[in-house]
Amino acid sequence: MDIAREVLNIVVVGHVDHGKSTVIGRLLYDTKSLPEGAIDRVKKIAKEKGKPFEYAYLLDAFEEEQKQGITIDTTQLQFRTDKRDYVIIDAPGHKEFLKNMISGAASAEAALLIIDANEGIQEQSKRHGYILSLLGIQKAYVLVNKMDLIQYSEEKFNNIKQEMNEFLHSLHVYPLKYIPVSAFHGENITALSDKMPWYKGEPVLEAIDLFEKDKGLEGKPLRFPIQDVYKFDNRRIIAGRIEAGTLKTGDEILISPSNKVTKVKSIEYWVEKDKTESISAGMSVGITVEDEFFNQRGEFISHTYDAPITADTFKASLFWMGKNDLVKNKEYKLKLATQEVECEIYAINKVIDATTLENLENASQAKTNDVAEVTIKTKREICFDEFKNNQNTGRFVIVDGYDVCGGGIVTGLAQERQSVSKFSKQDDEIVVKCFDEYYYVLSEGGIKKVEGVPHSFNIGDVIPSTGVTYEYPADFNVVDIKKRLVAKIRKSKLQDITSFDECSYESIPSIDPQGAFIKIHSAEDFTKFAIDLAKLQQSENSKIAAFANEWFDFMKFRQIRYLNETKSLEIEYQI
Amino acid sequence: MDHLDRLEAQSIFILREAYKKFGKLGMLWSIGKDSTVMLWLAKKAFFGHCPFPFIHVDTTHKIPEMIAFRDRMAKEYNIELIVHKNQEALDAGMGPDKGRLVCCKALKTDGLQQVVTKYEFEGLILGIRRDEEGSRSKERVFSERNKDSEWDYTNQAPELWDQFKTDFPKGNHIRVHPILHWNEMDIWAYIEREKIELVDLYFAKNGKRYRSLGCAPCTGQIDSNAVTVAQIIEELKNTKVGERAGRAQDQEDSYAMQKLRKDGYM
Repeated sequence: MDIAREVLNIVVVGHVDHGKSTVIGRLLYDTKSLPEGAIDRVKKIAKEKGKPFEYAYLLDAFEEEQKQGITIDTTQLQFRTDKRDYVIIDAPGHKEFLKNMISGAASAEAALLIIDANEGIQEQSKRHGYILSLLGIQKAYVLVNKMDLIQYSEEKFNNIKQEMNEFLHSLHVYPLKYIPVSAFHGENITALSDKMPWYKGEPVLEAIDLFEKDKGLEGKPLRFPIQDVYKFDNRRIIAGRIEAGTLKTGDEILISPSNKVTKVKSIEYWVEKDKTESISAGMSVGITVEDEFFNQRGEFISHTYDAPITADTFKASLFWMGKNDLVKNKEYKLKLATQEVECEIYAINKVIDATTLENLENASQAKTNDVAEVTIKTKREICFDEFKNNQNTGRFVIVDGYDVCGGGIVTGLAQERQSVSKFSKQDDEIVVKCFDEYYYVLSEGGIKKVEGVPHSFNIGDVIPSTGVTYEYPADFNVVDIKKRLVAKIRKSKLQDITSFDECSYESIPSIDPQGAFIKIHSAEDFTKFAIDLAKLQQSENSKIAAFANEWFDFMKFRQIRYLNETKSLEIEYQI
Repeated sequence: MDHLDRLEAQSIFILREAYKKFGKLGMLWSIGKDSTVMLWLAKKAFFGHCPFPFIHVDTTHKIPEMIAFRDRMAKEYNIELIVHKNQEALDAGMGPDKGRLVCCKALKTDGLQQVVTKYEFEGLILGIRRDEEGSRSKERVFSERNKDSEWDYTNQAPELWDQFKTDFPKGNHIRVHPILHWNEMDIWAYIEREKIELVDLYFAKNGKRYRSLGCAPCTGQIDSNAVTVAQIIEELKNTKVGERAGRAQDQEDSYAMQKLRKDGYM
């Protein structure tokens, strides 16, 4: 058994009656991939129905499909070439069954888009092209089918090629090949056709062997969404599938969005032969960790140096399959990896007619089969990546009522997102600027501030105590003199937020929310600071500078680094 | 990861989703090779534990070796086993002589429906595969059934990116299909690799063996000399006959399986 063989999933799409099922049926028939019974069964059915033999019946198994000669739902069939194994996915071409087409296409890596040479490009040819681009399927061939109906004309073939290229290129779908075929007559399917000597490419069967498989996801940043936590015995196992990257025993990991840091203690297994020290993308695994935090489904495990985005607002491209319209301000359920969260469509920025590419700006709803660009707001922060960086963690579905009604990809963060970093504990909140970085920019001859990535830190969260241009100790307090609140940082985690009045002197440093050291070195200093602070609050704002100059040392934990130019000022820190 | 690793990982992911999402979950175990592979996958998914019961819908027409194997394995694997018979139909004399499809419906479909109702299952795990026959090739991984176990196959819910259907009205249930994407050869290659014990009816005796197991009166043997898993794999590589060719109920009508499955058959 050559189980090391590669498997490629190919979806076959296109307008209704352009011959998708026939192309597949022919491929299976010509490669002798079908058991004896299957052909006989189709012959029997054709006879019963008084219809000619249809290759499509090999796939259209439902009685309703065969009676009406249409594909209702998607089918997956396997066949093999010398090079590798294939899963061929037949997708329905009727607009009415677009949801089934998407269900089939979503699991494909490559696509064959079928166009009837006689009818030319039709509505679903374009819509399916659009869906391919949204699903991130970049490897596609266009098969111009039923060439027999246009007398195998090279000119007509070229016209279709040009027209389809114009449409697809505007969607950033670049077909790798156009192949003229007649599926029913078997021309250019498994062997080159002598009816089209002008065609210099490969027949379909050879061409699909030329699709290059995606490279593995093992090398990407680690994304391990928690699926469940098991406690069947004395082990507390965090289970899930690794969506990207590689994880080893002993690795330091970050759990988002709760911002907890721990180490991988063990990789669990049932059968001795499955024992391993390293696990990677695609595997369904279980690990135990050193610190037994409360973990839950939906959280993302990553390495500390390559965290996913955590936010509650983002932009997305979405296709809508629901019976009811997609509307603004209605509550939906969003599912992304193993996360489930209530969300609302904050804005519908554009609705696109997938067949004309016409835009409707600022619409208030999207209808079935529409494609829309939207801004989504989730009820709590979730973890994700942009689709272009990681497909598995950059796509989501929307559930309306009982059904999945939309699928979408994350295209970026919304501008309206949180703009400041803060420490919070229930209603108490301290806006902090202490994680901003300062640079002297040589090309501009001045100091420039770069704000840290905005983030809300809750109790227990790890804070970025070391930046490029600042370094705070592991234990310190942050004193907000206006709100009279103190945030206590212990072991680089936000431990508590209390009222200043409940605090007494502690032999660890205090900073203000800007990051300046507060010059308190003793219990006497602390008492004097408290008195000065009380006075300050009764006087005018003009006294603040004097107060700050007396008590604050802005540079104690900071330095200013030189930079040639501001281009490289995108700061990144790990949280 | 090789091909079998990928199949296994996907199946485990599906089993874990089902376990997380359904409070009342059970796995159908027909004693055949597919559902025995699934049992193995469940042990892997849950690190040696099986956190839900296994259900055997016993038609009483099963081949006796299957029942002996069932009871022995249930003990060895330490699983909770629910054995259910449609006693009412059996008392009324139901059997294949009443018509094969009528018998399948009464003893299997209705028997299963009785289990679902009795235990109020929200999720039922079944070991069907797309390559078995046409209506199964059109299945979803999480496939909804209404309160009468009926399948609305012309209007299935979208299923993409492993976001499965987990929301449904009370009374309905979800059929979970963790090995839908495997084929017959994959099953045997995996049995060989993992050294999974099977009922020995699959191995040839006196030049005959079972390729697919069902009820005794409706399941035929094939000519074979394969006595090991490796020999079965070799034999399958060279056959052009369908796996279920020996299953009489499939041949009753062009749409027999579609009709049975619409009403809740596995």
